[in-house]
Amino acid sequence: MLGQLTRGQVTNAPRRFGVRISEALTGYLFISPWIIGFTIFTLGPFVASLALSFMEWNLIKAPEFIGLDNYIALFNDPLFWQSLKVTTVYALGRVPLGIIVGLAAALLLNQKVKLVGLWRVVYYMPVVLPPIAVSLLWMWIFNPDYGILNGILWLFGIRGPAWLQDEATVLPSLMMMAVWGMMGRYMIVYLSGLQSIAQELYEAANIDGANAVQKFFKITIPMMTPIIFFNLVMGMMDSFKLFTQAFVMTGGGPRYASLFYVYYLYQHAFQRFHMGYASAMAWVFFLIIMAFTVLVFRSSKAWVYYEGTVAKGR
Amino acid sequence: MNSTPPIARTRQQILPQRRAAFSPSHWIGRVLIYLTLASIAFVILIPFAWTISTALKTPRQALMYPPEWIPDPVVWQNFITAWTSKPFDVFYRNSLFIAALSIIGQILSCSLVAYGFARLRFPGRDILFLVVLSTLMIPFQVLIIPRFVLFKTLGWLNTLLPLIVPNFFGGAFNIFLLRQYFMTIPTELDDAAKIDGCGHWDIFWRIILPLSKPALGAVMVFEFLDSWDDFLGPLIYISSEKYYTVALGLNAFRNDYFMEWNLFMAAAAVAMALPLVIFFIAQKYFIGGIALTGSGGLKQ
Repeated sequence: MLGQLTRGQVTNAPRRFGVRISEALTGYLFISPWIIGFTIFTLGPFVASLALSFMEWNLIKAPEFIGLDNYIALFNDPLFWQSLKVTTVYALGRVPLGIIVGLAAALLLNQKVKLVGLWRVVYYMPVVLPPIAVSLLWMWIFNPDYGILNGILWLFGIRGPAWLQDEATVLPSLMMMAVWGMMGRYMIVYLSGLQSIAQELYEAANIDGANAVQKFFKITIPMMTPIIFFNLVMGMMDSFKLFTQAFVMTGGGPRYASLFYVYYLYQHAFQRFHMGYASAMAWVFFLIIMAFTVLVFRSSKAWVYYEGTVAKGR
Repeated sequence: MNSTPPIARTRQQILPQRRAAFSPSHWIGRVLIYLTLASIAFVILIPFAWTISTALKTPRQALMYPPEWIPDPVVWQNFITAWTSKPFDVFYRNSLFIAALSIIGQILSCSLVAYGFARLRFPGRDILFLVVLSTLMIPFQVLIIPRFVLFKTLGWLNTLLPLIVPNFFGGAFNIFLLRQYFMTIPTELDDAAKIDGCGHWDIFWRIILPLSKPALGAVMVFEFLDSWDDFLGPLIYISSEKYYTVALGLNAFRNDYFMEWNLFMAAAAVAMALPLVIFFIAQKYFIGGIALTGSGGLKQ
């Protein structure tokens, strides 16, 4: 910054102005693919979806303006509330589970163990698999009669539940599967965070006679809060976006116990062609995500510790 | 560390280490750590083993209670049956084609945009970059209906275009990842190049890109997975079987061969194989890329 300032002062004014304009034009040119794409594929659809949410449209007849009717119908739709409930319960279970399991695995790998590379690869393997293949695989694992999960429980003399076919176990089953699938990704993020904690902090704590538990809660956890925060936001988004599992594994059942929000939206939009109603659902979905994000960011100021934000920040 | 005199360092470091190495509690701790690591790995690998085991069974043995692990007889034929009962060669070709073009599109567009944000000064830059970041928070699902309508109007439904073309206009995540990486490259290199008469295009093409191979590698592997794993996109846009991706083909397979779990698992294994191979070959890019965006993630 300082260097550039001096250079700027040395060059004469008109030329500096010209250079600035040409740099700005070059800048816009470089980012133009994004500007075009953002306008066509994000901003446009975003506005269009708001407009559509005030209309009735089945793709065949011309769209008809119906004011707030879609929203009123939506708030009186028990399945809309059910889908919100299902998605929230799932997120509340899966996000903390993912954070804790991922952090635990990262802490283990951070103990100067041998073959770190091998463990990392094995733990990360499920992350790269296509969700549709994973869904099929876990349908088979959860199969109450011939699946391996109840097969293993049988070895211990336990008669396993019906997993995906039981209202009470369908969401926990999906959470279990998600933890299997996502642990590796969380773990890598935590591990890189753990490795960037300055060792001097631990050495200083050793001198002060701190024990392992104290070091964990007073150094490791505070230093890791930005990463926990990152994983919290990502986990929340992933939970809200869940679609493939509901579509493939449960069809929203049994008795709407796994009617995830995006799956319900999909049903309205692409099976019944209620484009207006589904757009209203999309907008409510967007507002909920925004509200959650703002909430998480606000609360983060209280508990996330950023080391040297001022000093380091570019 | 390095500033400590050598003697002081040896005393400080060797003493506690030796004590630790000989204490029984240390060894118990190590054994517990390895046992836990191994049991987690075991739990993670069971579903993989179960896929392969089922894929090699006869239909009768697949439906045994209690389940058996060792296929007897081993039916390799299942893979051939699964592969040929639906045109999986076509699905594979479609998926590979989409993935290759998506990768090219993302690399080209995102690196240009990221360079603009990392190296050039223009009015509104920081606000626009915030807009890029905030689009990360807009779920694709909010936009599927208008995008569907857009592609319908363009006459692109039931072609591969909706799955390919948007990738040529930059993706927020990749722009963010590349910009973060470009910012770590010292600007002194640019200045030296400017003195030699290089413009921004030269700096971008001859200095920044060659120095950014790890980040570009990460973008490539993430984009491959995004495209290979996508299910909702193809499900909405594509209806004829000749344009099916592997994910859609697997879904169609599920509807046609209900309950034939041995063939199912063979087909699922076929769909999992390529991402796994790519992961084994390019694992450093996966892990590097995740670490780069994760830990630097929200420190803006």
